[in-house]
Amino acid sequence: MIELDNVAYSYGGAELFAGLDLTLAPGSFHFLTGPSGAGKTTLLKLCYGELIATGGQVRLFGQDARGLDRDSVAQIRRRIGVVHQDCQFLDHLPVAENIALPLTVAGHGSTSDDLRDLLGWVGLSKQAAQLPPELSGGERQRAALARAVIMSPEVILADEPTGNVDWEMSQRLLGLLVELNKMGKTVLIATHDLSLIRAAKAQVSARVLRLADRRLQLAGASL
Amino acid sequence: MDMLRRLLELLAGDPQADRAVPPTGFTARLTLLSSGAMAFLAVFALALSLATGRLADRWSDELAKTSTLRISAPADQMQAQTDAAIVVLESTPGVAQARALSADEQRELLAPWFGPDLPVETLPVPQLIEVIEDGDGFDATGLRARLQAEVPGAILDDHTRWREPLVEAANRLRLLGFVSMLLIAGATGAMITLAANAALAANAQVIRVMRLVGARDIYIARAFVRRFTQRALIGAAVGTLAGTLAVLLLPSADAAGGFLTGLGFQGAHWLWPLVIPALAALVAFIATRQAALRTLKEQS
Ligand SMILES: Nc1ncnc2c1ncn2[C@@H]1O[C@H](COP(=O)(O)OP(=O)(O)OP(=O)(O)O)[C@@H](O)[C@H]1O
Ligand SMILES: [Mg+2]
Repeated sequence: MIELDNVAYSYGGAELFAGLDLTLAPGSFHFLTGPSGAGKTTLLKLCYGELIATGGQVRLFGQDARGLDRDSVAQIRRRIGVVHQDCQFLDHLPVAENIALPLTVAGHGSTSDDLRDLLGWVGLSKQAAQLPPELSGGERQRAALARAVIMSPEVILADEPTGNVDWEMSQRLLGLLVELNKMGKTVLIATHDLSLIRAAKAQVSARVLRLADRRLQLAGASL
Repeated sequence: MDMLRRLLELLAGDPQADRAVPPTGFTARLTLLSSGAMAFLAVFALALSLATGRLADRWSDELAKTSTLRISAPADQMQAQTDAAIVVLESTPGVAQARALSADEQRELLAPWFGPDLPVETLPVPQLIEVIEDGDGFDATGLRARLQAEVPGAILDDHTRWREPLVEAANRLRLLGFVSMLLIAGATGAMITLAANAALAANAQVIRVMRLVGARDIYIARAFVRRFTQRALIGAAVGTLAGTLAVLLLPSADAAGGFLTGLGFQGAHWLWPLVIPALAALVAFIATRQAALRTLKEQS
C-alpha cells in the first residue's frame, strides 16, 4: 500500500530523519510513537503526499509520490483517510456536512443513513448541525476521525486521534479503528498514549514503531 | 462549443459544491456592481453601433441608387432633348434605369412651394429625369462630358454624393461602438479576475481542507467559477435592463429631429441587448477559471 524506501526529510535545515524504511502492508495495523518534535506528523504527511521526501522514495499504491500530479494526489487521498492532528474543517459548514465532505468532493452522494450511523458511532449525533468552531477539542477529533473513514478508504492514517478525549471515548474510537482493520483496512496511528497501544494489542496484532534520534525502530517488545 | 457546454453545465449548478466555499460579501458586491455598470455601458455602445450601422446602410443605399438629370430647354426642344438624354443614359454603364418624371410627378414635387394647382405644362419648369444606378454607379465626369456634347440643356445633379463622408463617419462610429464593447468586455474580465483572486486568497484555508479530503483542482475551481459566473450574469442582467430602459426612454426619433433618427434599437435589434448578460457570464467564466486554476497551481 504505502512503502518508504531509505526516506529522508528536511524542512530546509538539518534532516529531521534519514534512511527510513517502512512498509504498510494491506490489512496491517501500526502504531507510531516517539518524542514530540521527532517528526511523526511529518512522516504521516509523506505517506499521503502532502510532503515530498527530500531523499529516498515514497511509493503510494505503487506510484512514486515524487512523480504525481495534483489530480493523482487528489485521487490517492480518496483512498487514504487522514485524521489530522490539528483537525481542519470548513468552519461555515455544519459538522455533518464536514464529515461528508470527502464524499461530496468525490461526487458520491452520501446516504444519510450511513452518515447518521457514523455520527452515532463517534458520539456526535447531537452536534451534527453545529458548526466546527462550536465543538470541543475531543469532539473535533471525533469528527475528524468520522471524516477520515466515511469514504471507506483502504488506508487510515490517524495523527493523535485520541489526544483530547477521555479514556472511554478513546476506547470507542480505537474500537472503530480495530473494526475497520478487521474489515481489511490498513491502519497507522501516531500517538503518545501508551495505554492506548496496550489496549489495542489485546485486540489486534499491532506493530509499534518508534521514531527517535532521526531513526525509525520497531519497539513492540518493550511494551 | 465545448466552452459553452461547460458554461451551461456550470450554471445548472451543484449546490453541495457551492456550499463548500463560504460566501464573501465584498467580492460578491464588487462583481455584481462592476458587471452591472459595464452592462449598462455596453447597452449604449451596442445602441450606437446598431444605429450608426443602420444610418450608414441607409445613406449608402440612397446614394447608390439615385441621381437626377435636369433639362432646361426652350419648350419646343424639351421633348427632343429629353429623349436624347434618355438614350445617352440608357447606354451608360452603371445606369439601371432612366425615366422622365411625368407632369403629375413634377407638380407633386413643387407642391410644397407653389401649391397643388401649379400649371406645370405652361411654365418653363425644367424636365426632371430620375436616374437609378446599379452596382458601383456610373462615372459622373464621363457622363457629364457626353451629355454636354449631345444634350446641351442637361445638368446632372448627383447631389446625394455629398453624403459619402457622412457614411464614412457613420461607419467609423459603428467601429468605435464595437471597439467600446470589446474594451468593456476586457475591463469586466480584469475586474472579475481581481475579485476572484481576492476571493481565492481569502479562502486559502477552505482550499487547503478541500485538498486534504481529496478534492481535485477543477472541483475547487468550479465552486468559485460558478459563484462569479452567476453574479456576473445577474449583475449584467440588471445593468442591461437599466440600460435598455434608458434607451427606450430616449426622446422619440420624430421629436429629436431627422438627423438623430432612432439612436436606439429598432425591430429585432431589441433582442441584441439579451446577448450582453450572456457575454458577461462567459467573460466571468473564463476570467475566474483562469484565475482559480492559476492560483491553485501556485498554492500547491
Ligand atoms: N512546516 C514546517 N516548517 C519547518 N519546520 C517544521 C514544519 N513542520 C514541522 N516542523 C518541525 O519539524 C519537526 C517535526 O515536526 P512534527 O510535527 O513532524 O513532529 P511530531 O513528531 O508530530 O511532534 P508532536 O508529537 O508534537 O506532534 C519539529 O521540530 C517542527 O518544528
Ligand atoms: Mg505531530
